[in-house]
Amino acid sequence: MLREIRPAILVLVVLTAITGLAYPLAMTAIAGAILPKQAQGSLIEKNGKVIGSALIGQEFKEGKYFHGRPSATVTPDPSDSSKTVPAPYNAANSGGSNLGPTSKALNDRVKADVEQLKAENPSASVPVDLVTTSASGLDPDISPEAALFQVPRVAKARSMSEEQVRQLVTQNTQGRFAGLLGEPRVNVLALNLALDGATAK
Amino acid sequence: MTVIGWIQIVLYCAIVLALVKPLGWYMTRVFNGERTFLSPVLRPVERGIYWIGGVDERREQHWLTYTVAMLLFHIGGFFIIYGLMRLQAALPFNPAGQTAVAEDLSFNTAISFITNTNWQNYGGESTLSYLVQMLGLTHQNFLSAATGIALAVALIRGFSRSSMRTVGNFWVDVVRCTLYVLLPICIVYALFLVSQGMPQTLQPYVDATTLEGGKQTIALGPVASQVAIKMLGTNGGGFFNANAAHPFENPTALSNFVQMISIFALGAALTNVFGRMVGNERQGWAILAVMGVLFIAGVTVTYWAEANGTTALQALGLTGGNMEGKEVRFGIVASSLFAVVTTAASCGAVNAMHDSFTALGGMIPLINMQLGEIIVGGVGAGLYGMLLFVVLAIFVAGLMVGRTPEYVGKKIEAREVKMAMLAILVLPLMYLGWTSVAVVLPSAVASMANAGPHGFTEVLYAFTSATGNNGSAFAGLSGNTFFYNLTLACSMFVGRFFMIVPAMAIAGSLAEKKSHPPSAGTFPTTGGLFVGLVVGVILIIGGLTFFPALALGPIVEHLAMNANTLF
Repeated sequence: MLREIRPAILVLVVLTAITGLAYPLAMTAIAGAILPKQAQGSLIEKNGKVIGSALIGQEFKEGKYFHGRPSATVTPDPSDSSKTVPAPYNAANSGGSNLGPTSKALNDRVKADVEQLKAENPSASVPVDLVTTSASGLDPDISPEAALFQVPRVAKARSMSEEQVRQLVTQNTQGRFAGLLGEPRVNVLALNLALDGATAK
Repeated sequence: MTVIGWIQIVLYCAIVLALVKPLGWYMTRVFNGERTFLSPVLRPVERGIYWIGGVDERREQHWLTYTVAMLLFHIGGFFIIYGLMRLQAALPFNPAGQTAVAEDLSFNTAISFITNTNWQNYGGESTLSYLVQMLGLTHQNFLSAATGIALAVALIRGFSRSSMRTVGNFWVDVVRCTLYVLLPICIVYALFLVSQGMPQTLQPYVDATTLEGGKQTIALGPVASQVAIKMLGTNGGGFFNANAAHPFENPTALSNFVQMISIFALGAALTNVFGRMVGNERQGWAILAVMGVLFIAGVTVTYWAEANGTTALQALGLTGGNMEGKEVRFGIVASSLFAVVTTAASCGAVNAMHDSFTALGGMIPLINMQLGEIIVGGVGAGLYGMLLFVVLAIFVAGLMVGRTPEYVGKKIEAREVKMAMLAILVLPLMYLGWTSVAVVLPSAVASMANAGPHGFTEVLYAFTSATGNNGSAFAGLSGNTFFYNLTLACSMFVGRFFMIVPAMAIAGSLAEKKSHPPSAGTFPTTGGLFVGLVVGVILIIGGLTFFPALALGPIVEHLAMNANTLF
């Protein structure tokens, strides 16, 4: 048994160096060389400034932008670090609401959101993804139905025709991968950038 | 439930099945010490490691030596992770300026990673430096996975050998598994993940100015290299707090699909390795069939429950299923499938928040873990867990006809059955025992995020996940407290090693026995009757053990949900 002590230390050290340093550092170098944009987080720049990542949702509250899903991310309370306060789309602390199917708190929040959305657009039924928080709190997407639901509000705020806005939504809708995997979706940041582009023209 | 949803599920099963034979063939060669197409490159590295470590690769070990070597290896792994976490503030690769991790959290995380559990009481991007993620967590993702596979191979050797005192050499098995199986796949896999949008960088977190002028700090890191082994090795510990739900840790529907495949790939292929090593591949397929039956049943229930949604959402006129805690790019079907896959295997990565699943949808992951994660299971651990149940099932069959039970040519006798029972009983002792302690301690109850039966399920899920070395969570529970850090670490430790040691004792005792050729009176273990018998034994033993606990949690919550009672 005693002769197993030497390999227990030395094999461990060598394997740790290979798998814990050589492998991730080599992958970083290779990925940085052949896929630099993705490796750095698919960042989007505008006028030399980073405005976000194509993959990370951000908070939209203004009427002229399409809104993403509610986000349950939090940040430490500045006045008491043992507590947290809501901080939607906090990309340095991902997480979901973790409220269950019989949670009163969840039901109350969803109910309030549904009422607000019904008032905004009484003609369509409220899409479920627009009133439920995502798992990461950083969901970059909404369903095509959730985007179309917001078209009247956005068109009005931007003095565009609903048809124009709807067209942008269609252009920014991604289907399932190979027609099979996942769900159709609209990247909210990409759609809003397209909107800003169209308005600037 | 939709047609396209079921097509995704069927496609998933088909691809996993298609991988079983080629991977099983390759892994068998690796563990038999034969040449592979990678040998010209890797053989010199392999020999170098043996030379440094003073390992004689031809010297085989008794099961006890094999087990001791494995335990010593893990003690070292524990100190590496614990030390790195405590000292991270003073070490390089820490652009976010993370401070030292507290003692109890470091202890919990170190146990969590050496046991292949990867329970996340830590926050990932908010707690750990890049160095800890790489040198601490990525390395142990490899080594705990390689250990699991090595142990399964040692147990297989117990069945396949005749009148021998040894079961292989632990160092050789671990080194060969890491170099020939895990690393090559991970290199290709990590690059694929980057191509889907997963970051792989040492740059610091980025401050972005959003379209509306707000400030958003975006956490980055060497994500892809860790996620590749996290999935392939059924580790499941997230780089980020939200795990595989985080868009950086699972950017597309395709990355999600491939991640699910990689969770099952090696575990399913090990059944083929078993078949090949005992000289009859159909023995392996029979075991995979047992796993398949239980898996499809689980997927059906969870998918149905999540697609139906909750009564509260329906009452508000919302259709489209239970989207709380799920990502749009995955939707209902890919989230439900992922949840069943990750808990059937002992992976524990999540792409949706299990805490927000419907009562029945969340009960299936719980049952998967309570059955001992034998439905494919963790790499290695799933197979040796399943073989323990096979030993019991064969024993039951032997009692029915009054013959000494035999399995793949080996007589199953008192020693094997006692060891199998010990391993199987120690799991409920941990998760039921600690759950009952937690629910009477006010400080432990205060950690629950949900009221009513759901809060109880959160605690039961935590100890089940820890004991089963899964690592997924009903994440609302605030597990980062002194009580949970210690008791969960205890559950993980016992759940891992009190299963391994009896399994290895069985390996040793079987290896010493003579192999008997099958006779007319041998119970055939490749047919439907055998599959049905094993499924029955698993469900009866499991059902008797944990049904009362389920009745207090998810079942009563389901009834409350249907009556639209809120807590």
